[in-house]
Amino acid sequence: MKKYLSFFRLRFSMGLQYRAAALAGIVTQFVWGGMECLVFAAFYRADPSAFPMRFSAVASYIWLQQAFLALFMAWMMENEIFDCIRNGDVAYELCRPIDIYSMWFCRSMANRLSKAVLRCMPILLVAGFLPEPYRMRLPVSVLAGVEFAVSMALGLLVVTAFCMLVYITTFFTISPDGVRMTAVSAVEILAGSIIPLPFFPDSIRRILELLPFAAMQNVPFRIYSGDLSGRAAVNGVLSQLFWAAALILAGKLLMRKAAKKIVIQGG
Amino acid sequence: MIEVQHLCKTFRVAKRGAGFSQALKSLVRKEYEEVRALDDVSFSIREGEMVGYIGPNGAGKSSTIKILSGILTPDGGSCVINGRIPWKDRVSYVKDIGVVFGQRTQLWWDVPVIDSYELLKDIYSIPDGVYRSNLEELASLLNLEELLKTPARQLSLGQRMRCEIGASLLHDPKILFLDEPTIGLDAVSKLAVRDFIVKHNQKHKTTVILTTHDMQDIEALTSRIIMIGKGKILLDGTLEDIPGAEDNMDQAVADLYRRFQV
Repeated sequence: MKKYLSFFRLRFSMGLQYRAAALAGIVTQFVWGGMECLVFAAFYRADPSAFPMRFSAVASYIWLQQAFLALFMAWMMENEIFDCIRNGDVAYELCRPIDIYSMWFCRSMANRLSKAVLRCMPILLVAGFLPEPYRMRLPVSVLAGVEFAVSMALGLLVVTAFCMLVYITTFFTISPDGVRMTAVSAVEILAGSIIPLPFFPDSIRRILELLPFAAMQNVPFRIYSGDLSGRAAVNGVLSQLFWAAALILAGKLLMRKAAKKIVIQGG
Repeated sequence: MIEVQHLCKTFRVAKRGAGFSQALKSLVRKEYEEVRALDDVSFSIREGEMVGYIGPNGAGKSSTIKILSGILTPDGGSCVINGRIPWKDRVSYVKDIGVVFGQRTQLWWDVPVIDSYELLKDIYSIPDGVYRSNLEELASLLNLEELLKTPARQLSLGQRMRCEIGASLLHDPKILFLDEPTIGLDAVSKLAVRDFIVKHNQKHKTTVILTTHDMQDIEALTSRIIMIGKGKILLDGTLEDIPGAEDNMDQAVADLYRRFQV
């Protein structure tokens, strides 16, 4: 266990040293979040009752999304992992007494966490002091706050496990680009990063909520703003648990298959 | 100690001719060629031995090293090292081996070398005392003191190679695989690396298996030579078994490659 922790630590501390990138990220995310708020506000002005979430819930959703972008965005994958499979440096990882899946899993999680830690605070602070109705509020209740924290952690596991599947596919396809692009676009739409899932037509939403993508940012952000509560919140967290377990299992099986037929590229 | 018998490994390589029409054709039907990287390779190596594994480019040297270090699974044949099969008991087996790939790096690019070492300490669960004494010994023999605090990306190739070798020996491996450790190094660095390997082998009785194209590496380091070409073992003996080796080693080996038509 200790080895995986040190992996986590090294990747985490490495992530913390990129200050300029973090600063640029904060500014981008702040502008982006502001734009999204304005777009939604324009729609709401036309007819607030036509929308499935209260505007304040949407504003919180947007600010959480921007603050924790690094935790849930599938496109933030680690190029180093793709590179090491593509150019054969994975050879070194394979001659360590360590489970590759767990190692990469720790590493991706650490990478996401270190980025999020650097960026979330300034965004949350500023968003908390914006004028109504754009302000980011506190969670609706203490219970919602606790459920939110648990659900965030599970969401991170689901995203990481999903990305692991994309990494491992590279062993079979050599070039990661096709699978990566498809997977990333799918997550963008189906996880609710472009518009929150409640905004989809009911028949589509019901299907979307059964997919692993709904177990990423959708559940924690909606719990936070009170859009999911009580029974629905618990169900959401359970579906996250299920998908985290299922995706990790699938990844481990795929990894085992890959290890048998591994080819090290480049002599 | 290392017992390799009838090892075989085939790779499928996509082939097509030059030009647009050939590219279109391969869209419809891809042609593959089977390349026999290893074809019935057998040898055995005793504990503490230093063996030079040579052969022209593409002969199967690196494939052998990768199978012996548990990275690749062969198609056929057996390989038992210290009672274990590398690719079957990978995780427990690799605790006892150290590997250096001259053309790759195991150090984390953006952090000081010492951080990579500390990570290896945890990965191999090296006890504190052992780690400290090994680090001290390696640092003084390889002249690493100044380098350890530098990020790996800012090291020269020669400096980095010394750090790479240090990294693979922190956990006291019983077997050390060196895949072209002197590639691209200047004369001073080459001598330093060779000198270190000889000393380490004498002191710790580490079994060393070394692939190289630099015949001076072989002269300086190994008493035994295994020559491989087109996946087959051509020669397993000493320097004396290569005719003309005393005069011009490179010439003698090239003649031998030609004679075997590899």
